[in-house]
Amino acid sequence: MSYRQNIQLTPDKKLKHFLTIEGLSRAILTDILDTAETFVSVGEQAVKKVPILRGKTIVNLFFENSTRTRTTFELAAKRLSADVLNINISVSATSKGESLLDTLRNLEAMQSDMFVVRHSESGAAHFIAQNAPDHISVINAGDGCHAHPTQAMLDMFTIRRHFPSFNQLKVAIVGDILHSRVARSQIHALTTLGVEEVRVIGPKTLIPTDVEPMGVHVYHDLRQGLDDVDVVIMLRLQNERMQGALLPSPQEYFQSYGLTENTLAYARPTAIVMHPGPINRGVEISSKVADGPRSVILEQVTNGIAVRMAVMSMVLGSYAAARGEK
Amino acid sequence: MRILIKGGRVIDPKTQFDAVADVAIANGKIISLGKAPAGFEADKVIEANDHWVFPGIVDLCARLREPGFEYKATIASETAAAASAGITTLCSPPDTVPVIDNATVLEMIYHRAERANNARVVSIGALTAKLEGKNLSEMLALKNAGAVGVSNAFKPVKSSLVMRRAMEYASSHDLTVFLYAEDPWLRAGGCAHEGAISTRMGLTGIPEIAETIAVARDLALIERTGVRAHFCRLSTAKAERLIARAQHDGLPVTADVSAHQLHLSDMDIGDFNADCNVRPPLRALRDRDGLRRGLREKTISAICSDHQPHDIDAKIGPFNNTEPGISALETLLPLTMRLVRDNVLSLNEAIAKLTIEPAKILGLPLGTIEAGAIADVCVYDPEKYWVLSKEAMVSAGNNTPFSGWEFEGKVVHTLYAGQSVYSAK
Repeated sequence: MSYRQNIQLTPDKKLKHFLTIEGLSRAILTDILDTAETFVSVGEQAVKKVPILRGKTIVNLFFENSTRTRTTFELAAKRLSADVLNINISVSATSKGESLLDTLRNLEAMQSDMFVVRHSESGAAHFIAQNAPDHISVINAGDGCHAHPTQAMLDMFTIRRHFPSFNQLKVAIVGDILHSRVARSQIHALTTLGVEEVRVIGPKTLIPTDVEPMGVHVYHDLRQGLDDVDVVIMLRLQNERMQGALLPSPQEYFQSYGLTENTLAYARPTAIVMHPGPINRGVEISSKVADGPRSVILEQVTNGIAVRMAVMSMVLGSYAAARGEK
Repeated sequence: MRILIKGGRVIDPKTQFDAVADVAIANGKIISLGKAPAGFEADKVIEANDHWVFPGIVDLCARLREPGFEYKATIASETAAAASAGITTLCSPPDTVPVIDNATVLEMIYHRAERANNARVVSIGALTAKLEGKNLSEMLALKNAGAVGVSNAFKPVKSSLVMRRAMEYASSHDLTVFLYAEDPWLRAGGCAHEGAISTRMGLTGIPEIAETIAVARDLALIERTGVRAHFCRLSTAKAERLIARAQHDGLPVTADVSAHQLHLSDMDIGDFNADCNVRPPLRALRDRDGLRRGLREKTISAICSDHQPHDIDAKIGPFNNTEPGISALETLLPLTMRLVRDNVLSLNEAIAKLTIEPAKILGLPLGTIEAGAIADVCVYDPEKYWVLSKEAMVSAGNNTPFSGWEFEGKVVHTLYAGQSVYSAK
C-alpha cells in the first residue's frame, strides 16, 4: 500500500517530492540548507542565471491566490534556466465540474517535469503526488492548514545565517497556530534540526487540540512565552479570523499578542524577529518592530529564492550538478 | 424447495444451541434441528462438515444508494453483495433521494428488493418531513407501509423542541427512534477526529464533544418522552459511558457500533487515505478500546456495517473533498470474527451481535435457527484463509480501507427465507 511508504523519497532515499517536512531526516534538511547557500551568490551576480534546469518545464499550479509565493517560485525556476508556466486555477473552475484529477491529466499532457502546487485543502499536494506519473516531481507551495515546507526551510536558512547552531536555540511561534500550515512545517523543521525548545503562543481559540505531541510547549501569555527566546516568529492573522468566535477584535488581539518593543524586551537581547508575510501592521506586530534592527523579515524574502532553487534542483535529480556549480 | 444442511456445527445465540446438527428447511422455514423428520426429502443437500451454521446476519445500517444515487450502487447490486457476505437482512436509512418520508418511496424500495430477491430489505422512515428537522413526518403511514423505525439519519434535528415532539409522536405509535448523535455546530466543516493526528495533518477536527453533547441532549429527551431509542454507530468511549449509565438508570436505549470503528483509529488516515474518510470519523485508540469494552459489557448490543458504497470519483481528491463512507458489507462478518480471535468477544457473543441482537432492536422475528423460524442461514468455513482485494468485491463500491487485510473464515452458503442466494465457487 503506497500510503505506508514515504512518498517523498526515491528508493535510494533521495528527495523526489517535497510535500512536508515531517518524516524527512536532519541530513536531508541540512542538504537543502547547504545547497541553498551555494545559490545565494547567484542572486548577487550581474547575470542571475545558472543552467542547471535548462530544458526542464515547471508548472506553477495555484488553486489559491498568492502573489508572493508564486513570484519567488517563478524567479527561482527562471534563475535555474527552467521554462515556467503559471496556471491560476480559481476555485470556480474546479467547481464547474472539472475534477482536480482531470485538471492534472490535462497538464500532464503538456509534458512538464514538476508541479509547484498550492491548494486550499490539506493533503492536496499528497493527492497530486500520489496520482501524478512517475516522472513528475511535486513541490508543495502550501496545502490547507497542513504544510508549507519551502517557507519553513527558508526560515531555517534565515535562522542559520544568524546563529552558529540550532542546538542551543529557543524559538517561539506566535499567533494563529490553528490555521497555520507555516507553523506546522516550522515545528517539524525546528524539532528535526534539533533546537532546544519550540514554543507556541496564542489564545486557546487559535491553538490546535493536542499540539504538544508535535514537540512544542504551549503558552497563552505572550510575555511568559517570549521569556529568554532567541527567535520570535510572528504569524499572519487572516482578516476573516479577527472577529467572531475566535477573537473579539484586532485591537484586543494586538493588546494581548501583538509584538511591540515592550513585549520584545522579554526575549533575549540578541533575538531576531521573523514573519512569513504579508504583515498586518498594528495587528500582530508594530511597525517599529517590523522595520526595526531585530527584524529579518526582508532577508526571509531574499532567502526564499535560494531555498526554492535548492529544493527544485534537488527534486529534479540535479543535486550533484547544483553542488558542483559552486 | 427443501434443503438439508448436513453435518455442520449449528450455533444459535438466541437458544444457546451449539452442537453438530442437521438443519432441515422447507417452505422458507426451519423445520427441524437435529434429525430431519421422517419422510423429509431434500431437493438440495448442503454438506457442512467442519463448517459453522448460524443465523443470517441482520445489518442495522446499509445505504443501498437507491433511489437517488444509482450511479454508486443499486438495491440489486448491494443485496447481491450482502448475500455473498452472509447478510440476509439489510436496514436502510431514510436519506435517499427522494427521502423516505412517505409510503410511496418505501413501497418502491421494498418492491425493488423483492424483485432482486437476494436479501430482505427493511427501511427506517424519516423522523421529520424531508429530514429538514422542522415538521413531523407521517410516521403512522410509514409504519403501516413497513418502516421499522424512524430517524433523521445524518441530518440534525437542531431544535430540541422539534426533537421532543418527534420523540413523543413516535412513542405514541410505538416506533423506535434511531439516532445519529452529532452536534452540527461542533462538527462544523470537520472531517477527522480532533486530536493529535488532525492537528498534525491540518485537517479540521470533529471533537469528541460533538458526539457526547448530542447523546446527552437526546438521553434527556428520551427520559422525558419515554420513547424507545437506538443510538446508531457510536464512535467515542465517552458516549458509550453515557449510554451505559442511562441503561443502568432504566432508560429504553440500545446502541450499535460499526465494525470499522472496532479496528481502525485516526492513525490509519496515514498520508490522507481517503478510504479512511468516514462519518463519524475514525477516533483515537482509546475510543476504539472503549467501544470494544462497551460491546463486552453489552452497552452496545449490535455491530453494523455502516455500508456506504461509492463511485470511484467520490474518493478521488484531497481528503476533505472526498465523500465519507466505506463499502462495508463484505467486511462486517470478517471484522466481527476477528474480535473473537482478539479475545474481545466469545464466538457466541460475536454471532449474537450480528443476528439476534439487531433483530430485537428492529423488532423482527429473525436472527435465530430454531424450528419454525424464518430460514435465514449462513454456512461458514472457519478455516478458509483469504485476502481482501478491491477488485474481488461484489459491491458496486470498492471503497474500503481493508484492502490487503488477511482473514480466516469465509461464508460458503447463504440462505434467505429458505432459498439459496449464494454459494461460494
